[in-house]
Parts: sequence; C-alpha cells; structure tokens
Amino acid sequence: MLDLTFEAPKPKVIAGAKHDWELVIGMEVHAQVASKAKLFSGASTQFGAEPNSNVAFVDAAMPGMLPVINEFCVEQAVRTGLGLKAKINLRSAFDRKNYFYPDLPQGYQISQLYHPLVGEGEVLVDMEPGIARRVRIERIHMEQDAGKSIHDMDPAMSFVDLNRTGVALMEIVSRPDIRGPEEAAAYVAKLRQILRYLGTCDGNMQNGNLRADVNVSVCRPGAYEKYMETQDFSHLGTRCEIKNMNSMRFIQAAIDYEARRQIGILEAGGEIVQETRLYDPDKGETRSMRSKEEAHDYRYFPDPDLLPLEIEQAWVDDIAANLPELPDAKKARFVTEFGLSEYDASVLTADLANAAYFEAVAAEAGDGKMAANWVINELFGRLKKDDRGIEDSPVAPGQLAALVGLIKKGDISGKIAKDVFEIVYTEGGDPAKIVEEKGLKQVTDTGAIEAAVDEVIAANPAQVEKAQANPKLAGWFVGQVMKATGGKANPKAVNEIVTAKLGL
Amino acid sequence: MSIDEKTAAHVAKLARIRVDDARLPELAQEFNTILGFIEQLSEVDVEGVEPMVSVEPMRLKRRADLVTDGNQQAKVLSNAPDAREGFFAVPKVVE
Amino acid sequence: MSELTKMTIAAARDALGKGEVTSLELTEACLTAIDGADALGAFVHKTPDLAREMAAAADARIKAGEADKLTGIPLGIKDLFCTKGVPSQAASRILEGFRPEYESTVSQKLFDAGAVMLGKLNMDEFAMGSSNETSVYGNAVNPWRVNGQDLTPGGSSGGSAAAVAADLCLGATGTDTGGSIRQPAAFTGITGLKPTYGRCSRWGIVAFASSLDQAGPMAKDVRDCAIMLEAMCGHDPKDSTSADLEVPDFEAMLTGDIRGKTIGIPREYRMDGMPAEIEALWAEGRKMLQDAGAKIVDISLPHTKYALPTYYVIAPAEASSNLARYDGVRFGHRAKLSQGDGITEMYEKTRAEGFGPEVQRRVMIGTYVLSAGFYDAYYNRARKVRTLIKRDFEDAFAQGVDAILTPATPSAAFPLGQSDDADPVAMYLNDVFTVTVNLAGLPGIAVPAGQDGQGLPLGLQLIGRPWEEGDLLNTAYALERAAGFVGKPEKWW
Repeated sequence: MLDLTFEAPKPKVIAGAKHDWELVIGMEVHAQVASKAKLFSGASTQFGAEPNSNVAFVDAAMPGMLPVINEFCVEQAVRTGLGLKAKINLRSAFDRKNYFYPDLPQGYQISQLYHPLVGEGEVLVDMEPGIARRVRIERIHMEQDAGKSIHDMDPAMSFVDLNRTGVALMEIVSRPDIRGPEEAAAYVAKLRQILRYLGTCDGNMQNGNLRADVNVSVCRPGAYEKYMETQDFSHLGTRCEIKNMNSMRFIQAAIDYEARRQIGILEAGGEIVQETRLYDPDKGETRSMRSKEEAHDYRYFPDPDLLPLEIEQAWVDDIAANLPELPDAKKARFVTEFGLSEYDASVLTADLANAAYFEAVAAEAGDGKMAANWVINELFGRLKKDDRGIEDSPVAPGQLAALVGLIKKGDISGKIAKDVFEIVYTEGGDPAKIVEEKGLKQVTDTGAIEAAVDEVIAANPAQVEKAQANPKLAGWFVGQVMKATGGKANPKAVNEIVTAKLGL
Repeated sequence: MSIDEKTAAHVAKLARIRVDDARLPELAQEFNTILGFIEQLSEVDVEGVEPMVSVEPMRLKRRADLVTDGNQQAKVLSNAPDAREGFFAVPKVVE
Repeated sequence: MSELTKMTIAAARDALGKGEVTSLELTEACLTAIDGADALGAFVHKTPDLAREMAAAADARIKAGEADKLTGIPLGIKDLFCTKGVPSQAASRILEGFRPEYESTVSQKLFDAGAVMLGKLNMDEFAMGSSNETSVYGNAVNPWRVNGQDLTPGGSSGGSAAAVAADLCLGATGTDTGGSIRQPAAFTGITGLKPTYGRCSRWGIVAFASSLDQAGPMAKDVRDCAIMLEAMCGHDPKDSTSADLEVPDFEAMLTGDIRGKTIGIPREYRMDGMPAEIEALWAEGRKMLQDAGAKIVDISLPHTKYALPTYYVIAPAEASSNLARYDGVRFGHRAKLSQGDGITEMYEKTRAEGFGPEVQRRVMIGTYVLSAGFYDAYYNRARKVRTLIKRDFEDAFAQGVDAILTPATPSAAFPLGQSDDADPVAMYLNDVFTVTVNLAGLPGIAVPAGQDGQGLPLGLQLIGRPWEEGDLLNTAYALERAAGFVGKPEKWW
C-alpha cells in the first residue's frame, strides 16, 4: 500500500484576553454495530419500532435472564480494529459497570473495562491535500447500548423504551491528539468513512448510530509538546466531557464554546472542574449535567454470567485477509493509478459507492482523469441538485463511460457532451445513439469548416480588418463559425482554419 | 478499616436503599463486624496468584446473528407497576 | 392415602408404570398433605389446579405407553425458580405480584420429563440465609422437633427440605450458593445434591451470586436425587456458563460398589468447638466407607479457613449487582411516593421497602467491597484466594482422591428465633463445611447418616470431582446403605 506524504496541521489557537491558548481534544466514539440482533439477546436492532417491541426478557432484565453473546458483533469489532490498524486481543473479558438509571434495566451496563477486545491503533485524519493528523486510538471495547428515556410526553413522568437496550456498540477511544474543532469533526468523519467501508457500522448519526463524547481541555502553547514527549497528562489542562454529540456541526460548535468557556474561567483566575456537560444546540452552549454530577462509583467487576472471550488468531487472520481496501489506500491508489490530484481522489473516495462508481467508469472509458472530471463535476453536481445519492443515479457507469469515450474519440465536443449528459440523465439511453440520432456528431470535415469560415469572413469585412490589427479578436470568428455549425464543428479545427484564412 | 456513619450513608446511597439516619450507627456497626471477618483475607499470600475467572474452563458460548426474540410488548410490560402507551412510566428524570 | 406421599420417586415411578396408582391419586394425596401442613410454612404458592391438570396429562401419557423418567411424579419447586404464570418472588417483597412470562430451564426440563408441579416452596429471601427466617412469607418450620420447640429446617432451601421431609411431595428443587441445598437437607434428614457448577442451567432462576449459584435435587434418598438430577441438568444454550456435556444415566451408576475408591478426610474440617456428636458421626462415616471397600486417606485443604470470608466478599459483591434490577420500574413492588419525589426517591424507597434486612445488608456490603479504592483489597483478593481454594481440591484429586468426606453442618437443626440476637457472622458459620464446594465449583451431596442425642438428624457431606456426579452419587449410595438412616419426623402439624 502506498501512503501519501503529509504534514501535521497547526493546532487551533484561541487568543484570550491575556494570552494565547491551544485546544486538546480526545474522543470516545460510540458506533452501533450493524447487526440484525442485539449483543446479548435475539431481539431485533431495527430502528423506529413500536416502543418496547424489540425487547427480549434479557433486555428487560427480567429475573433469572442471562446474556449470550452475538458472535457476529465480535467479528465486526475485530474488523473495525483491523481497519484501524489496531492490536486485536485474543483474550478479552466483559465487566459490569454499575449505576442506576431507568433506561438501564439491569442496573449495570455490560462493557469491557479491564480487558478490551481491541488495543492500540490509529486514524489518519486528512485536513487538506498534504496536511493530515495522525490520531492514536487507545482501545476499542464492546458494550451494550442503553434504552431511551422520553421526558416530554408527560409533565410529571418520564417514559422508558427499551428497544435500543442491549444493542451492540463499539466504543472507540482516542488519545488526546486532536487539536481543534475542525479536526474533531474531520476525525469523526474519517472514522465514519472507515466504518462504512468496513461495513461494521452504518454511520447514521441522525439515528444515533454514531455519536461521540468529546473531552476538551485548553493549555498554553508548548504544553502539548511536553505532554507528547512524556505522555504525562499533568502538562495538559483539566478536561470536561461533552456527552452524546451526534452532528459534526454541533461537535465543532460545542468544542469552540467549551474552549472559550474554559479560557474565560482560567484567565479570571478560576479553576476548571472536571465534569460531564451537555451541549444545547438552541443556545449554542454547554451546561453541566446534574444527573451525572452525583457521586458516581461504577463498581466495575468481571461479569460472572460471561466467561472471558477467547478468539483464535486464525479467525482474526481470516477476517484480516478479507478486509476491503480502505479509504487511505484507495485514495493513494487513485492518485498513482489514475494520475488524479489528491483532492479529486479524496472526493471520489469519501464514500465507497462513489469510489466504486468512478472506478467502473474509469475502467470502461480507459481514462481515469477524464472519468474523474465527469463524475465529480457533472454527475455529482447534477445529483446534488436533485438531492440524490449515487445509488439513485439515473446514469449508469456504462453510460457515463460511453459518453467519455465519445469525447475521447473526438466524436463530440465537451460542450455537446454536457447536452448529451443531460439527455441521458433525464431521458436515459445510449449516448452514442443519442449523438447519432440528434445529429450531434462533431464536424471534422475541413472542407465544410472552410466553407463556413469563408462565409463568415465574407460577411464581416470590418471585423476582418480589426482582427488583422489585433489577433486576439480572432476568437469572435471562431464563435461565429461554431454558431453557424450548431456547435458541431471541431473547435480546434475551426481555430486553425480561422487563423490561416485571416493570415494571422 | 472502619466504617463510620458517613461511609455507611454513602454506601446506602450508592446501593439506592433508603436508610433512616437513626439506623446508621447500627448499620455501620454491622458493616464493621462483617468487614472484620473478611479482613482475615489479608493474611493470605496471594503473590503471583491469578484471580479466579471461571471455576471450570469453558469456551464462551456464541450465538449467530439472528432475530429470534422480541415482538412481545404486552409480555414485557405485563408485570410493570406503571406502563402507559407502550412505555414504562417512572417519576420524571432530570438530566 | 397419606402412605402414597411417603413413596420415593423410584417406588412411585414403578407403581405408576404398573398401574397400581395414578398420578392424580398421588397428586391428590400430596395436595391433601400440603393443605394439612400450613404450620410448616413450606408451600407458599399452591398450584392445585395446575397440578391436577399436569397429573391428568401424565396419566394419559402413561396409559399411552409414553411415560418418561418423571411422568406423573409430584414435585415442589423452590420460589427462586421462575415458573410461567405462577408467582415467583424469591421470597421477597420486592417481587410481590411478579408472574413470569417464562419458565426456568430446570423446571421446564422437569415438566418435560413428566413431573407435576404442586406449588412453590419457601426459602430465605433471595436465597440469603441459613435458617429460612428471612422470607417475606414467614418462617419455614422443620418437621423434626425437640420438646415441642420449632426448629429451623435450614436455609436457604428450607421450604424444599421441610416439604420433602414431611412427605408433602416426592421431591423438590433447591438451589445452593453456599450450602443452601446441603445444609437444609442435613437438618431435615433428607438427601440433597449440589451439582458441578455449570451442570444445571441457571436460566430463569433468580440470581443471587452468579458464579456460585447452582440448582439441584432434594429428595428422600440418593436414588431419587439421581433420577431428578438427570432430568434437571444438561446443556442450555441460553446460559453462557452451562456445560456442553453429555448427561449420563446417573441412576444406572448406582451399584453401591466403591471398592478401590479413595476417600479423603480433610484435616482442616476438624473445627474447634465442633460438637462431639458431629465428630463421632464423621468417624462412623469414615468407617462405613472403609468397610465398603474404600481406601481412606488423610488430606489437607489448607485454605479452608479462608473460604467463608472469601464467600462473604464474592457472594455479596455479585448480589449487589444482580439485585440492582429490582428497582420498581419493570416488575414487582414500587413504593408509594410522596409529592415531589423523583426517580432517586423511587429507587431508595422501593428497595428499602422491598428488601428485608439481611438482603439490604448483603447488597450494601457488596456495594462497599466493589467501590472505588477497595476493589483490589477485597474483591480481587477474594478471587485470588478462591483460586487457592480450588487448587487445594485439585491437589487432593491429583493425589488420587475420588471423593472427600466431611460433616455437612457444624450442628443439628437449631431453634427458630435463635439467630435474632446473633450477629450476622455467627449465622454465616453454618456454611463452614459447604461453602468451599461452591467456591471450587464442585459437586457435593448431603446424606443423612445418623441422629444426635435429641433424635435430630445429622448429615455427612461427600464432595466429588468436577462433572463426576455419577461417581459421587454411587459413593453416597454406598454410604446411605451402610448408614441405614430411616428416621422420620413424628407428625405434629
């Protein structure tokens, strides 16, 4: 695999009233495993069902109910670990995290504190071509999701729905390597992209299938470098955790607000209290979460209902052998194999379906660069206008490749091609046939073009005089000839003939 | 190790069991008796001993990813002290 | 009629097979005996209609020649087992009114084998106790008496023990976390087996301490235990700790021949202040097995003295977490709330009202030993000592020991109410001989082997190798035959 070379981005600096501050951000991303059934029960993970209908007695923590693990979920977590170049622990174990909350029926969440399934890995977060941040992953562990409490259906009561209870989550914990709000959003975007490539999580943030707890602290310039040198957290500021963010935009806004809040406190001589906070998108503020501030002591201990999870290296190797090509590798390959710019390669690899579409067009058309142009500029633009995804594209890769082929052969000009594209997009059909039937084929017959040029020159003697004095005006003749031929004349040929006939 | 009333009250809070203040001295005393008994364990040399994970070695059982359960809202709610409109109802929770 | 209820399961099975009696007759006899024994406090939820229905179905099966191992045999089920549509509340107020929508694997297996359910049996609340005095239903009472004084049947499976000893049912289910099958069996002159951890599925049994809990049979003799165990155990895909092993024909293994077997006598079980009668019984047991052809060897289980403190860290720790689900949200009791009470008040009041004092005590101790800063000092250390306790047994078995003989209890049944003034630790000492077996996950069986000076039954315990219940039952069978215990309590209830 080819890695593209890159430099680290500059950290975000916020100027306080007294001096400059830098941001230090770490994230815990909760990604829902794309499985049919829950982690420890056979109930469905389907979103949007009737309340308490996707619930097994295990999920409702009925007396005497016991968990049995879904092997597919383990496999997905291993895949994710491998996708993040992480160490897979052949022996991991499940622990109970004990706390009381109405949407936590067992009174504990089954998680992995002491022995996570996945150890250290990394994510390369691209900021712009040639600029990227390497964010270290500390661990990935598996755990159960909680249910949902609804607080606004009744003035005095909260309502509890356990449909989500017990759904498998992968908690991806990063080191505090993220240095600004934009990087934080880019980190989540990159993780999401990788998870979607792997197929281990659908990345649907709106439904809460991917959400992040964001740890934010601020420090004076230079302090972070000391931390990196020593891995000693005392060089960093006290952090606050903003819970449950499920929008890239809010993540950025919340971090920005939180950093400024902390700077304000510090510059006023105050101290940051380590606490859990909630972002209020309406007010654009973070606030302390009262419920989480009560003395909590999770009393983790190994879940006696489950034995340690032991997996075999051969199984891991098998999963590794079947990993798809991941975004970084694909991007690098697009640059080297098709000669694309890093920017274009990034755009095309942002989503797996887009990349696959492009590759199909490029292969058939035999010209990657041209294919990239047409996919990015024409197709994506047109789809965006209609608010459509690539899956709903009315133009199949074969059709677009045929169109690119016609341009390459010189059968049509780029301008005509755009018209043909629009026809294919709205009405369908084979581009070659459309060109044929509508008579859009480019005129390359020099005799015909010469006749047209002669006609224009004869009809516009004043223009001829001007053009001969100022050769830049020759373009006017080219335009007239193109007009006269209905755009079908080969522009290059027209240019040459006009220049020759005007004696320029 | 000795448990005072404050610790006893904190433990009761963590366990979500209401204990009247008047009973705290007695409770602390009971805890101390039991902890005194448990304290014997500190005599044992456990250097290099692995904590027990499971009494008999066994491979963790696994399920296939199939939907085999659920779709039983009525049964899930049938024992609830307060169920409304398909939900469990509890006193308002403030986040 | 009452003679019918005195039958062993094996005898009833044969009589049913020969058509000498019907399951309905047997069941009616039990129901009558149960109705006449309310003073024992054994049956806390009677299910006569269900029993008759199941008995009728059993009779039809027998008639059709489709009888299974337990077809038509009336049993009692400990209240810790969730039984579909039948109150199942672990003798706790917090599960008031709870009727499970599911059947525990063990009770389902018994019913699949044809057994008839008579009702639910009393126990200590959440199986926490050794005298059956912590039950929300009130005490279960031992059918054995001295001078008209009510005695404990032991606990936590006190109702099961009393019911079997008083011939209210032919057999009963029990569960054993620290001795809850074997101690009450010994106190009531019946036989009780705790299988190897993982033999019986825990699915559908209200959890006390998950790494220690194990269901087992309580019956009138060793053979009946073998018959019941075979029906109760077996692999359950719904329990991750259930063993995927073949279930042998335990009854067929009862030959009584133990020649050449090696029986270990652990010196650490000779406790200071042990009553002479217990000491004498133990010596007699040793002789009986020797006479039957076994080789007796003295062994050492050096960490025995740390078993109780280890247990009283691990069991409460697991219980504190297992019992967190009793929160008044989805089932069972919810406290009446005052104006302005929020979710925290609901939890605290519900759990204060719903749990009795012993359960509260253990939940809080468990909470404490798991809390920040103490985990390593208590819980993790206890897990390490547990490893050492298990290693003691492994060493003994590695030396060729087939089974270990110990007293089952440090005393005969004691009067009810005695524990009221005792400190909790004094009560915990009841489990001193049984609790090591749970910590090591081994099978153990209590066999009645004699009576004390007051005529109360005393039991001996045999501890076997993991998964070798068949062999253990056979040794117990030899002991039973040699001891020839036939005592029955005189009916006073």
